[in-house]
Amino acid sequence: MPFFSDDYHGSSFFDYLARHRPDLTPFGRGSHPSAPLGSSPEEHRGAAVPPVAHGTTVLAIKYRGGVVIAGDRRATEGFQIADRRIEKVFKIDEHSAMAIAGAAGPCIEMARLFQTELEHYEKLEGIPLSCEGKANKLGQMVKANLPMVFQGLVVLPIYVGYDLKRNEGRIFKYDVTGGRYEESDYHAIGSGGKDARNAMREHFRKDLSEADALNIALRALYTAADEDVGTGGPDFVRGIYPTAKLVAGAGIADVEEARVRSLYTALLDTKKKEG
Amino acid sequence: MAMPYYVSPEQMMQDKAEYAKKGIAKGRSLIAMEYQDGVLLVADNPSASLYKISEVYDSIALSGAGKYSEFENLRKAGIRHADLKGFMYSREDVTARSLANAYSQTLGTVFSQELKPMEVEILVVQVGNNGTSNEIYRISFDGSIFDERGYAVIGGRAEAVQIFLKERYKQMSPLKEALSLCLAALENVTNQKLPLEGLEVAVLARDRAGRKFRRVPAAEARQILG
Repeated sequence: MPFFSDDYHGSSFFDYLARHRPDLTPFGRGSHPSAPLGSSPEEHRGAAVPPVAHGTTVLAIKYRGGVVIAGDRRATEGFQIADRRIEKVFKIDEHSAMAIAGAAGPCIEMARLFQTELEHYEKLEGIPLSCEGKANKLGQMVKANLPMVFQGLVVLPIYVGYDLKRNEGRIFKYDVTGGRYEESDYHAIGSGGKDARNAMREHFRKDLSEADALNIALRALYTAADEDVGTGGPDFVRGIYPTAKLVAGAGIADVEEARVRSLYTALLDTKKKEG
Repeated sequence: MAMPYYVSPEQMMQDKAEYAKKGIAKGRSLIAMEYQDGVLLVADNPSASLYKISEVYDSIALSGAGKYSEFENLRKAGIRHADLKGFMYSREDVTARSLANAYSQTLGTVFSQELKPMEVEILVVQVGNNGTSNEIYRISFDGSIFDERGYAVIGGRAEAVQIFLKERYKQMSPLKEALSLCLAALENVTNQKLPLEGLEVAVLARDRAGRKFRRVPAAEARQILG
């Protein structure tokens, strides 16, 4: 690839990659980045999108100063556990994070591409994208992945950002066509998403404290793991716990494993007492 | 049809070089200087939004003197090159050396093949980490590349600034000393007091996690100078 070519003037790394190295995009296949493998578009006409069955629970919940974003650690291959420690929550930049449900490979690649995309824009333009701009960009990336959905490679994210202009945390969910919908309070996706949403509905109220929101998030993951085979719960034997991040005005921070462990220890203690 | 005039290659190169040098000398000077915790970049730049110094990657910064539009295109190309490489391989595989080589190739090709050479001079700077030393590459308008130690100056009356710094530069000096030395050098050649608002200051600070580039606003520069 030429180092100094002036046929692209935009500030998007994603567009640059799609133009010059389509093979490096998550859904790229050589010279035909958007052509589905081995079948013509006509064959898809009327074909239903395959059922979205990806073993995962990831969620986000708002609190007074930001958003908690958390996910379990299990990856499955059919009825087998493929990985017990996979990470599904990614830091994207200083003020945003995303969590993903879907096929692990394309999901991780999309997160990495999105990280590069935002950093690239910031360096070229001198200022970072707005929170809304970041959410829309992710929508375009999900949309570009649509042909792969017909082959069963679904990538569905939740995006969480702290909007520095509005001074509040925001949650965005997506559909496979790249549709972007803002959630006002909390959301969960993946095979255990419904269980997690039900669990959060019970306890959510406006202006939660950070500690309460984290507690509700971890509880919801526990409930999801209880009901859903695709979702892993806290594993005290191996020392594997769900991961969580706090996206706030001061920046993004990981919740330390020790804190997650002690919250789960307390939760299990009360469960044992209750019988 | 009129016969084209014959111009000897020597004459042509000389004319081009003169043209480029003149363009670059018209601007103001820019200094990159190693200090205790990284590399300091100071540019005499009255604009608060048209930058001469830019972040390229985790530990790499770029600065340029000369024609703004040409530098801007080179800057964008550099960031694309770095981000593509980091995405394709890994973040640690992006190096100032490979970037400096790419710039050298580009400027060299343009200088020898195009009618108009680029009127830019570039510094590619990388802060060392875990015991590796800092790297400062100066790339001239004709693509020639120089590996500088301690400090480097481009643009404006670069040679005069260099002479001033040669007598006064000390290795491993703290940020405060390095910044005041750069300021003194720029004031010396321009023969005027420079307001801190008229300077563009940035550092590649070794102790920062992840992206090491940071702009230093005028208020903070004043605080550093004490």
